[in-house]
Amino acid sequence: MTADTTTPLAYPFNTADGLQLADAYEHARDQEGLLSVRMPYGEPALLVTRYADARFVLGDQRFSRALAAEHDAPRQSEGRNDRGILSMDPPDHTRLRSLVAKAFTVRAAERLRPQVKEFTAGLLDALEETGAPADLVDGFALPLPVAVICRLLGVPLEDRPRFRIWSDAALSTSSLTAAEAEANREELRVYMAGLIERHREEPQDDLMTALIEARDGGDRLSEEELVDLCVAVLVAGHETTATQIPNFVLTLLDHPDQLALLRARPELIPGAVEELLRFVPLGSGAAHPRYATEDVVVGTTLVRAGTPVLVAAGAANRDAMRFTAPGVLDISREGNQHLGFGHGAHHCLGAPLARLELQEALGGLISRFPGLRLAGDVVWKTEMLVRGPRAMPVAW
Amino acid sequence: MTGVSRSVRVDSRLCLGSGMCAAIAPEVFALDGDRARAREDGAEPDERALEAAEICPALAITVHEGTAVIGPRRE
Repeated sequence: MTADTTTPLAYPFNTADGLQLADAYEHARDQEGLLSVRMPYGEPALLVTRYADARFVLGDQRFSRALAAEHDAPRQSEGRNDRGILSMDPPDHTRLRSLVAKAFTVRAAERLRPQVKEFTAGLLDALEETGAPADLVDGFALPLPVAVICRLLGVPLEDRPRFRIWSDAALSTSSLTAAEAEANREELRVYMAGLIERHREEPQDDLMTALIEARDGGDRLSEEELVDLCVAVLVAGHETTATQIPNFVLTLLDHPDQLALLRARPELIPGAVEELLRFVPLGSGAAHPRYATEDVVVGTTLVRAGTPVLVAAGAANRDAMRFTAPGVLDISREGNQHLGFGHGAHHCLGAPLARLELQEALGGLISRFPGLRLAGDVVWKTEMLVRGPRAMPVAW
Repeated sequence: MTGVSRSVRVDSRLCLGSGMCAAIAPEVFALDGDRARAREDGAEPDERALEAAEICPALAITVHEGTAVIGPRRE
């Protein structure tokens, strides 16, 4: 069959104030072919909701991220951002990725574990001193990954209030005009360029210094790429993890049997983190469309060259063709090859570090606070690409 | 080129199945279900295979030239 040409459905499906996977995904997955959807801005796209199709599209070079720059790409806000490593295809993408990959391998992340443990313990101490109720986001979930990525990249921790505003706006889907969104990105780039100059004068033992050496010594990336790469590492390096920590806690509180099991058997924490990565649909919707560079058959659908395809990883992660009882949170699940970090060339650079932070954060929280519970209403982020609490009062 | 034949190996105990290697060097690597492997009919490992070895989050890929390990390259 060829792609559905009926009126595209309005997209994204998920609501902002919660972590549910919209029913529309279930319908789409049960239907044959790919679903035609339209985002608030840009041309209509085909939506992938099944696991096998998702892995295929994300892993195949005939689907291009770079081509999106040449089209009116589907997006949630007026402004568009065609710069950065996520907007590139191999071999350009590979050249930049290889410069930062060494800092984020499983082995490199493991070397940071003692430091992450120490940060975690320090934040838990501070929460105990302040006493309940406390905001889990501001007092724990946000400062932990911020501290880790600042140390790794070489960004002063005291700059957090400044870069948080820019970082928040960079992931916003809100009413910022295209010009406002670009002005915000430019402020962040100017800030980062200033930090890079300081590092040039005084090299440090951090990733920014290593990237400066790759530029100045090896000419392996342009100055613009250097700035954009540091911005990407800083923003992507904390926002998603900071959001998933409270999401995971909320989800476990919603599944008391699984939380009790985890408390009884802390050795299940790594598996629990994988299951939560599968189970919690972080995004408000699929983003980062891939453009077919030639006619390609996806499942049973012929995707014509020049068509944008959106991959809903959260929906694919609940595909019964791949996961037994996909709607059940099972922290003992095995063979959990979820798409929470994506797949293929753009598979999350920081995945090993994010895993480790999520393991330490969850492990630390549940062992320190056996009575951890909500102590008020969750305030949800709205108009963001990622969903989760902006504030989450907890007691213990 | 040295004339010594190159090969790649994927340690399936380390592989996490991120799909990066097969995405950037599809002539050299393939995905079998959840794990990557070197293609039996694969092309001679080139620069992209070396890059794949460096990018692999699990460091599961090694590139060999004769008996020497030439990738992932050291700093």
